[in-house]
Order: sequence, then structure tokens, then C-alpha cells
Amino acid sequence: MADVITPRGPKPRRRFSRTNIMLYGTLIVVAAYYALPLYVMIVTSLKGMPEIRIGNIFSPPVEITYQPWVKAWAEACTGINCEGLSRGFWNSVKILIPSVILSIAIASVNGYALANWKFKGSEVFFTILIVGAFIPYQVMLYPLVIILRELGLYGNVWGLVLVHTVFGMPILTLLFRNYFTSVPEELFKAARVDGAGFWGIYFRIMLPMSLPIFVVAIILQVTGIWNDFLFGVIYTKPADYPMTVQLNNIVNSVQGIKEYNVNMAATLLTGLVPLIIYFASGKLFVRGIAAGAVKG
Amino acid sequence: MTSVLVKDLTLKFGALTVLDNLNIDIPEGEFLVLLGASGCGKSTLLNCIAGLLDPTDGEIHINDRNVTWEEPSGRGIGMVFQSYALYPQMTVEGNLSFGLKNARMDKAEIRKRVARAAEILQIEPLLHRKPAALSGGQRQRVAIGRALVRDVDVFLFDEPLSNLDAKLRADLRVEIKRLHHNLKNTMIYVTHDQVEAMTLADRIAIMKSGIIQQLDTPTEIYNRPVNKYVAGFIGSPEINFFEGAVEDGAFVTGDTQFTLAGYAFQGDAANVPAWLGIRPEHIMSGDAARDLPVSAEVQIDIVEPMGSDTLAWASLAGVPIRIRMDGQAAVSTGDSILIGFDPARASLFDKTTELRI
Amino acid sequence: MSSSKARKPSGLFRNLSAKIASVPMVLTALVVFVGGTAWTVVYSFTSSKLLPKLNFVGLDQYERLWSTRRWLISIENLAIYGFFSMIFTLLIGFTLAALLDRKIRGENVFRTIFLYPFALSFVVTGLAWQWILNPDLGVQNVVRSMGWESFAFNPLNDPDIVIYGILIAGLWQGTGLIMVIMLAGLRGIDEDIWKAARVDGIGTIKTYVRVIIPMMRPVFVTALVLIASGIIKIYDLVVAQTNGGPGIASEVPAKYVINYMFRAQNLAQGFAASTMMLVSVIIILIPWAYLEFGGKKRG
Repeated sequence: MADVITPRGPKPRRRFSRTNIMLYGTLIVVAAYYALPLYVMIVTSLKGMPEIRIGNIFSPPVEITYQPWVKAWAEACTGINCEGLSRGFWNSVKILIPSVILSIAIASVNGYALANWKFKGSEVFFTILIVGAFIPYQVMLYPLVIILRELGLYGNVWGLVLVHTVFGMPILTLLFRNYFTSVPEELFKAARVDGAGFWGIYFRIMLPMSLPIFVVAIILQVTGIWNDFLFGVIYTKPADYPMTVQLNNIVNSVQGIKEYNVNMAATLLTGLVPLIIYFASGKLFVRGIAAGAVKG
Repeated sequence: MTSVLVKDLTLKFGALTVLDNLNIDIPEGEFLVLLGASGCGKSTLLNCIAGLLDPTDGEIHINDRNVTWEEPSGRGIGMVFQSYALYPQMTVEGNLSFGLKNARMDKAEIRKRVARAAEILQIEPLLHRKPAALSGGQRQRVAIGRALVRDVDVFLFDEPLSNLDAKLRADLRVEIKRLHHNLKNTMIYVTHDQVEAMTLADRIAIMKSGIIQQLDTPTEIYNRPVNKYVAGFIGSPEINFFEGAVEDGAFVTGDTQFTLAGYAFQGDAANVPAWLGIRPEHIMSGDAARDLPVSAEVQIDIVEPMGSDTLAWASLAGVPIRIRMDGQAAVSTGDSILIGFDPARASLFDKTTELRI
Repeated sequence: MSSSKARKPSGLFRNLSAKIASVPMVLTALVVFVGGTAWTVVYSFTSSKLLPKLNFVGLDQYERLWSTRRWLISIENLAIYGFFSMIFTLLIGFTLAALLDRKIRGENVFRTIFLYPFALSFVVTGLAWQWILNPDLGVQNVVRSMGWESFAFNPLNDPDIVIYGILIAGLWQGTGLIMVIMLAGLRGIDEDIWKAARVDGIGTIKTYVRVIIPMMRPVFVTALVLIASGIIKIYDLVVAQTNGGPGIASEVPAKYVINYMFRAQNLAQGFAASTMMLVSVIIILIPWAYLEFGGKKRG
């Protein structure tokens, strides 16, 4: 039949239109570029040194070896100390756990007070806190050394915990304040009519309904504190250096021959904790940075 | 006996006066509605009575006790909110008993009170559900229940029906009325909906800019509004206004003159510039208009049939007016009809003070 | 009238729990942020060396600062890095977000790949790119071994372009964040805008340029502030990737500050340099704050 086709039903669409090819083409090329460094790190860390010297950084390992990982974890040297990165890892854990707990506990109560129990001057302090987040850390580094020395905490893990709590406070307080402000005010009023006070409302009403924001805050803090380099280098002694500092010292040490495979294994080991959190938490990670950034 | 007494209450936020020297005396068992447009201060007043906002000046007494500095939970009030404000992570039972647990009441008594409230509101099957699993109407019932278990004399409602759809709103309105009839508590109810106000209230307080314009029974407010604002605010469709002057027992607007025979003046009828207001439902048409003191022939501009009644637009003395007619009235655009009204049902307001004359 | 049992809560004790809970915030704001900053600024006018001492020397430290080659290079590097980082981060971030917003398949996979570098620390980023840009074994070597013998791309050892080597790493790490923020902004735009543009026959790119981007002004402002505050803080990336080298070609102000405060034991010089960093932040932030908050009152 030679009927003329009249438009009817869904409009025919080509699956591989020019726009689509360009769209996906661009995305795939860019994605490859972003993924490349991770790939290079992984393949380098699995090669032996002879293979690295003659080969191509992009080529997959001919002979897979886990020796660089073992060496990075347990034997790599910083100066005369050859215990590997494991020491830095445990130092970071020791710094991380109290810092995350303390900073979130303080900031969540703070944010709650700012959202629901405003008092004269509370907004002023909050504004100072937020403006303070834009002050370069360098301006406050030395005064903090003095404060910590006075408190007897300079050069010790607890001093660093305090520093992380202080510098984490603006963003976390903002995060919690914004979240608690978004809780309907009537809920808070109802609880007051029901006779609950400051802590009663915090623990019985607000906490149970804000678990997601706590998860967001934990993700934010764990990655932020784990990745810190500046505070670790300034406020701790070499024996307590966090993983990032130790990593830098291992890779950039001038002594001996460079073992690129061990270096890359060490770098990956250091990046592993935030990467695992990132890939496991997915949307919440995105939500955390978006909440911290867009609303601010 | 006075249940709630508001004395010289003033609330200022900086330079902004939200409540201006309010005085209300609410007898026991009264259903008082605070009515006004948004921003008039009605919710603010309720929050002050509840103790959720601190007044700048003045006193609040509940059951003859000065509670101005008392915590909300210590005032003997229960409160129902627009957004229900149910605690999302607690079951219905948990929501009802939270306040009682905070007051360290013994468990048997709590159980008894929750059971009674659940029975009154017919929410027994919902007791173990979380608020998220309830419909809007059920949530509001639970919210009312939360006020009920407190076993207090004064209930405060802050626009409790505004979040519900039209049908549920009508149902719950009746239920609140029934509840008041059975419990005979004092209730203070904030709304912007004049139907709710007219149907529920023993007395209505109409507020504007932090001042009570008129505090009276619904009938009185509807028939004898004290000023032009109240006249315009109450009544739907809105009252018709003519601008003119009172001249020797008649109202003159442009070339037209309406007799005021039968109008009950507040004092002596002085000759002053004035507004005349007449409600659309008080304008008669056809045969009913023939014998009224004021009558005229008008042409219909537009007809809005609404089923139960029909709203017609016409022009009288150069002013567009609304006429409310029977739903079955056979009128259409372009018709010429006779209309009329009785001046006794109109309202006159002084042009400058806008007060009733 | 029976007397009230409630006591008038006196000013200080009203809301007491909230005040106690806010003590850490108040201390942080006043002691560390305000007090610390003021302390550093004051001591930048002294001649403190190993220990802070209040022997004022006027602007000596600043004169010395601005005649030190290392500081001038740091400032120049920061300016170049900042300028290109600002432009490219916004451009790449917005483009990627717009591409992802075209209702594509596998959006999550792409987004995850673009954003993962942001989870990594600057130290890890710097070391990874140090290796990729390694002249003997990295990209340069790979291209040469494919036959292009004269190919030269060795930024980390060339003082003239070393800062661009750092820029590549910085962009790789940071663009994902801006993409996510832009994407959130794009998702916040009413679908009806797109429908209206389609009915009006406005092309996709034109809709972005003429309608969507102007609507996203607040998002761009947020992104700019974030990028700017990140740029000024840049430190770990440089330390890990080049440690300021070759020579002092890739020094940055933050590194200069820390060097003088904690290594060279010339405190006041470090204070002066950090005060200059503060001043530059203020110069950026004040016009922004004025536009954002001063403008709102009027409109």
C-alpha cells in the first residue's frame, strides 16, 4: 500500500541523533579524563619498578605484584623511621574519632540553639562565626598555638582535636542551623506547650528526626579531617603526624631512589578512607556539600 | 466567671507594633474566634496567650491567675496548630502522652486519659501508627487529642483547618463545634476564614493592624459592622459601597438619591459625607423590589451562576454593584430588571472616620 | 487577683540552657576568630623573631615583604592560578552540570566520576599529578614513545609554566564540587521555564545563555565565593606536588606564611604576610557582601 504517512501517534525519534552523540561523546571523554589519575595510580601501584622504568604509565601491569602495597603500609621510610604508613593511619584514626564526635556534638547543639532559642546577641555571634570562616587560617594559626600551649595541649592529639572542632564549627553550625530552621516552628511550639525544655526538645524531638543531617555532617567531617594536612603538620609532633603528612614525607623524601609503585600505593592507601565513604554514601555526600554550599 | 483575661497587651518587634494595647475578657465556656487578614496580629495574640511569645507590656490571666511570666506548659492550656505539629518519630499514642510524661504523671492515669481522648475523637484504631501513615484529617484529630489529654480549661486553635481540603474542612468544623458543645471548654480560635468564624463563634474579634476592630456576636458583626473595614471584611460576596453624603434623611450620591427612612442612626443624623454599604443579598429584584423604599431599574452586565445562588453584576448610580439572587433566577446579560433595598438593612459610615453613623 | 507564682526571669538567666550551649560558639567567634585575627594583625607591626614581642617597628615588615622576591612570585602565582581557576572552574562546572541536566542515561555514574576527586585530599591529588606529569615516565614519555619525539610537556620542572601544572591538578580536584552546585541550581529552576522557552521556539543554548544563567545568579555568586576562598587557602596541593619548586617558582602566599612562622622563625614577617592575605580576602568579600546584603534592603 502506498498510503501517504499522516502524522499519528508518537513522533519518530532517532536513537543516535547528532545531539545525542555529541552529548554522550563529550561526557564519556571528560569522564575518562577524570577517571584517568585513579587508574594510573592503581596500575602503577601494582607494577614492579623495572616494569615502570621501561613501560608506559597507562599500560596495565604485565605482572601484578602486591609488594608495593605491603611496603607502603609496613616498611616505607620517613627519614630514619621505617614503619610504613600504618602509623599515620592509626594516628589519623586517633585524631578523627574524637574530632568528629566533639565537633558534631557542639555544632548540632549550637545550631539548635540558634534556630529555636534565639537570645540577644546570638545572631551576632553566628554572623562572626560565618564571616570567620572566610578568614584565611594563616591569620589564626599562631594565636591558636599560644592558646593550645596555655591549655597544655600544644603538640598533642587533643590539641588537634580542638583545632578541628573550632574550624569545623562555622560550616557545621550553619548546616545544623539551616536544618533545624526548616523544621516547622509549630512542632517546637507544641513541644513547649507539652512542657519539654531545651534539652528535652533537643534529645526527644529534634535528634530522632534529624538522623540524615547527622550522617551528612559525619561524612563532611570524616573526609575533611582525614584529608587535612595543614593543621596536622602544625599542631602535632612527628610521632603523631596524621596519614596525609606522613604520606607527603614518604613520597617527597629526598633520600634514596624513588619507588614510584610504593609511592602510588601509599597515596591510594591515604585516599582510600574518603573514597570508600564517597562511593558508599553517594547521594548523601552530594547532599552534604550542596547543603553546606548552596544554602550558605 | 472570666476564663481568659487579656489586659493592656502590647507587643513590639523593634519599631513595629504588632499588638496595640489589647483588652479582651473571655468568659468561661465561650468560643471566641480571632478573625482577620494575614498579618493582622491574630496568631501573635494567640501565641502570647499560649506563652510562646513574650509581650512587651500587659498581662494575661487564665482562670484568675496571672500567667504572664508562666511557661506555656504551666498555663493550663492546650494548643492545636495549623500544620498539626505532630512529633514525626512518635506513634499517635506517643504524641498524645508526651506532654503528660513530661509532667511526670503516673502511667495508669496517662493510659486512662489517652484512651478517653482517643474515644472522643474516634482515633482508637490509629493509636499505634506514626503520623506519616495518617491522612490530613486524622492528623488534625490527633493534634486535637493532644490538647484534649491535658485536661485543661482553655483550648487554643491556630488556624487548625487551613491545611485541609474544602470537604474535610467542613466536616472537621462541625466536629469542633460538637466538641465544644460536649466539653464546654473555653476555646480561642484563630482563622482567616469568615465561614469558620461565623459558624463556630459565640463571639468574633475582628482584628486589623494589631487592634481589635469589633468584638461581638456573629449576627451583630454581620448586621451592624462598626466601621467600613469590618463591613467590607465580613460577607461574601463583598458588600457594595456607594460614596456620597447624608443630606436631610437621604443619601445622595451623584445625581441619585436614596431615602434613609427606617435607618437606625447611632446618634443624631447629621449631614456629613459618608459611605453607604448594602450587602448583595439584601438587594431584592423583581416583584420583591417593587414595594421597597429604594428601587431602580438596572441593566445586568454579567451573570455568575453558582448553583445555590446567582451573582449578577449591574451598575447603580454609576457604581458597579453585586446582586445576589436565587440560584434558579432566570437572568442573563443585557436584561433590564427592577431592584431595590430597604435602608434599614444598610450601613452608613462617616467618610473621614469610617465609623458607623 | 491571686499573686503569680512565676518569677520574672531576669535578663541573664533567661534562656540559660541555650546560652550555656552557645559558649563554645561564642568562644570560637570572639577568642579565636576576632581575637586571633586582631592579635596577628597587631604583631605584624613588631619585629618578633623566634617569639612574639611587642616591639613595634611600624610598617617595616610590610616593606620587607613587598621587596622580597619570593613573596612577589607567590602573589603572581596566586593571581595566575586564581584567574584561570575561577574561569575554568565555572566554565567546566557549569558545562558539565548542563550536560548532566539534559535527562541523560547514567547520570549517576557520570556524576560519581566527576565528583570523586573532590573526596581526595590535596596531598593525594598533588602526588597523583606529580606522577602523571613526571617527565621521564609520565605523559611526556608516553607521547614521545608513540613516535612524537620532540613532544615536550614538563610543567613541573619548568619555572615559567609550573603554576599551570598545579592548575591542572587543582581543576581536576575542584570542578566536581562546582558542577554539583550548578546542577542543584539547574534542578531548582522551574520546569515551566523550559516549556515556555520551547513554546516560544528559543533554542537550547540560547535558553541557557539568555534565561537560565541570569536566573542562576545566586548560584554563581555562591560558586564564586567558594572558589575564591579555596584559591586563597591553596597550600597542601603545592607542598605535595612541587613543594614550591623548581626553586621558588611555584611558591604561594599561604606557604610563605607558614614558612616564616614555623620554619624560618621570623614570626612578624609571617604575620605581615598573613595579614596581607586577610586584606585580600576583605577586598574580595566586602563588595560581594555589599552587593548581596546591601542590595537586598533596597529591592
